[in-house]
Amino acid sequence: MREKAKILDKDTLSRSLMRIAHEILEKNKGTKDLCLVGIRNRGAYLAKRLGACIQKIENESIPVGILDITLYRDDLTLIASGPLVRKTEIDFDITDKNIVLVDDVLYTGRTVRAALDALMDLGRARSVQLAVLIDRGHRELPVRADYVGKNIPTAKNETVEVRLEEPDGKDEVAIIEKDS
Amino acid sequence: MSTVWDKKDLLGLENLSKDEIGLILATAESFKEVSSREIKKVPALRGRTVVNLFYEPSTRTRVSFEVAAKRLSADVINIATETSSVKKGETLIDTGKNIQALKADIIVMRHNYSGAAAMLARALEISVVNAGDGWHEHPTQALLDIFTLKEKLGRIQGLNVAIVGDIAHSRVARSNIWGLTKLGAKVTVCAPPMLIPVAIEEMGVNVSHDIDDVLKDADAVNVLRMQFERDGGQAFPEQLEYFKNFGITKERLSKLKKDIIIMHPGPLNRGIEISSEVADGKHSVILEQVTNGIAVRMAVLFLVAQGQDKSKKYETAD
Amino acid sequence: MRLLIKGGRVIDPANNLDIIADILAQDSKISRIAKNIRAEADKVIDAKGMIVMPGIIDMHVHLREPGREDKETVATATKAALKGGITTVLAMPNTYPAIDSPENIESLKRIIKKSACANVLIAAAITKGRLGKELTDIQACKQHGASAITDDGASVDSGVLFAGALKKAKAGKLLVICHSEDKKISNNGVVNQGLISTRLGLRGIPRASEYKRVQRDIDLAKKTGARVHIAHLSCKESVDIIAAAKKKGIQVTAETAPHYFALTEDALLDYDTNMKMNPPLRSQQDLEAIKQGLKNGIIDVIASDHAPHTENEKDIEFDRAEFGVIGLETELAAGITELIDAGLLSWLELAGKMCLNPARILEINKGTLSAGADADITVISPDKGWQVEKSGFVSKSRNSPFLGRKLKGVVEYTIYEGRIAYKA
Repeated sequence: MREKAKILDKDTLSRSLMRIAHEILEKNKGTKDLCLVGIRNRGAYLAKRLGACIQKIENESIPVGILDITLYRDDLTLIASGPLVRKTEIDFDITDKNIVLVDDVLYTGRTVRAALDALMDLGRARSVQLAVLIDRGHRELPVRADYVGKNIPTAKNETVEVRLEEPDGKDEVAIIEKDS
Repeated sequence: MSTVWDKKDLLGLENLSKDEIGLILATAESFKEVSSREIKKVPALRGRTVVNLFYEPSTRTRVSFEVAAKRLSADVINIATETSSVKKGETLIDTGKNIQALKADIIVMRHNYSGAAAMLARALEISVVNAGDGWHEHPTQALLDIFTLKEKLGRIQGLNVAIVGDIAHSRVARSNIWGLTKLGAKVTVCAPPMLIPVAIEEMGVNVSHDIDDVLKDADAVNVLRMQFERDGGQAFPEQLEYFKNFGITKERLSKLKKDIIIMHPGPLNRGIEISSEVADGKHSVILEQVTNGIAVRMAVLFLVAQGQDKSKKYETAD
Repeated sequence: MRLLIKGGRVIDPANNLDIIADILAQDSKISRIAKNIRAEADKVIDAKGMIVMPGIIDMHVHLREPGREDKETVATATKAALKGGITTVLAMPNTYPAIDSPENIESLKRIIKKSACANVLIAAAITKGRLGKELTDIQACKQHGASAITDDGASVDSGVLFAGALKKAKAGKLLVICHSEDKKISNNGVVNQGLISTRLGLRGIPRASEYKRVQRDIDLAKKTGARVHIAHLSCKESVDIIAAAKKKGIQVTAETAPHYFALTEDALLDYDTNMKMNPPLRSQQDLEAIKQGLKNGIIDVIASDHAPHTENEKDIEFDRAEFGVIGLETELAAGITELIDAGLLSWLELAGKMCLNPARILEINKGTLSAGADADITVISPDKGWQVEKSGFVSKSRNSPFLGRKLKGVVEYTIYEGRIAYKA
């Protein structure tokens, strides 16, 4: 494993988020009925930050929730090594809201598929949009993002690591090359 | 928590580590949220089959497992002794292998003989969850008791927990003792001497025959169901005498002038081990235990399914 | 027929002999022991590096025939015995029907004559049907060749009835073997009573169910003057009681089985039904007491209590599984591994427990390599290790508590009545 390249640093990352916040507001014509839902883990932090950006721009706070999609994955084995099942924390009714799902990296699209299922079980949103910090390609399902921080073409033996201040101690995004 | 679940079965708490118990409790916490939704269902075990194999009548445990499995989208089949081929003399292992051949994924078993779940688990590749075996263990009951305690008091470490009743013949008592002591609680068992099994203090508990003395120090009491009809040959105390000396009553609790949590695994024998006033009173968390039972059993079914997948994955990797 | 065994380490406790020497057997008797015997022989065995000792006498074996030939037969059990270095077995009478009459003894004798490949002695029941109600015709049983009487598997609960049996045995000079157990105290238990039974949620068998009955049996032996042999000791208190009785000069001998000096109740923690027997595996403290009892001569005999059961009777819930384990093919190796290798007993002492003492108790001209004794000889590679596996058993049943364990000591030859009856 070695780090191939740094794609974003603290400044470029926060500028990307600010731009996405503007785009969200532009497309949704303001904050009315707008909610953010971050996908655990890093999507949750990004959703909170996007919420803060929107607050800064509009001087108005919007609901931000956290979605845990472990139970909606299509393969238990993949998560068997894995993380603790955590709570979904959405303390507002999503019915008739415009939801922006937030995640760090868009890759196969399976996480987003699971997140959509999870969201459907919570209520009937008017619309669901998708915001991601990085789109690295290699989709396996018909999923596309409405808002993208940065498009980065990658090889299959590479991974994209998004590190955030809150869990990781610093903001940066890097491409890691796996030993094959 | 760094612990990863890698067991295909849940047979008891004696053989689990503190971290593994912690993992089940933490997972159950997340599952509790699912039951509070309007759509109380997640697809985590979609397409999997859970078989409830009950050799003893037990409506509440069976229903609790059934609800838990269904909230995880699993298909559930109930087999009770009355309708099975057990009476025709099929061995437990044969029954288990037949269920495995049906491509079921998890067997939840209640059995009147201690060790039956361990025996079945050894013979099968699919998961076995022990829903009570003889006098041995009833791990999910203890987990839901501990979950409820933790929810109420915020911790287990350092708590004084009393278990009152027929300790000798109680799988609920044994599982609670293992779970609570591993998590750092101080456990006291309290009963007439004839209902205290040999060498129980070597399991790390105190033994008392004085309920009022025990209640003075207890943060919580788990009141076991007394079954006077059980076990013909054994000496048993007289019912009214038992209620007088060990029954949990309002009078006993009001003397304490402190908060105390009263638990009971059900079904209740009102007026035998617990008075109605206490069972329905402010100290009682009996119905919360039932609610929490769903979350705990969802967590257990989910984790053993994961554990089974993992063990299969390792096999093919070799 | 002359058989010459050359260069082995000859162990003969009757003559306190532990030397490298040759043994010559002529026809069915031992002819002589000496260094460098030069004699013509029909067959010569090179026993260099091997132990040569008397054929083992196992005085506690359940042959299951007649009645339960699905578990074991006289043919399969004696074949298994030979593989274990055993040339004589004492058959317990708890068959179907029980060996409780001269007719049943005669019919067992016919089976033995037809199919046994080793020496089989017969123990008759003390009470009819082993029910503890009515005495068998003890004198007639003796006349038809019973070597001992016992209700093994059960004790005669009535002290009066048992005292009556002892008096008759005394008059008939017949050995009485005691399964000393008060089943009221055992209370349908399935494992030793203690922390393990509590942890497992299984009903415990208190030690008292054994030692209180051992005490009663010895008291009655003293009162009647009968010769009694206490079977399968498992606990410390029993050893102490026997020690006290011997000190007082009461005619009592005692036996234990390999599982009681090799295993403890800890082996039950995963409900292995192959660890279920009666009396049950006890604690470490009991195991140490049994070992000390063997060392200081309180316990005279090691016998297998070979109790075959089919897999159907063992692969079921622990409470429902049969009591009993097989032992013919493992008892010698268990003795070598746990007693000789552990430095507790010498070869002379082990041969005393397995050959000489049983012969003396049963009053047979065996268990020694003295000139003129029956030429029953076991030749052993003492250092060869092996793993106990289901597939390796000659016995019809597989219910060994030693499955999966590594043991030391392999029987190379078993010579029965001057002929090689088994060869590895």
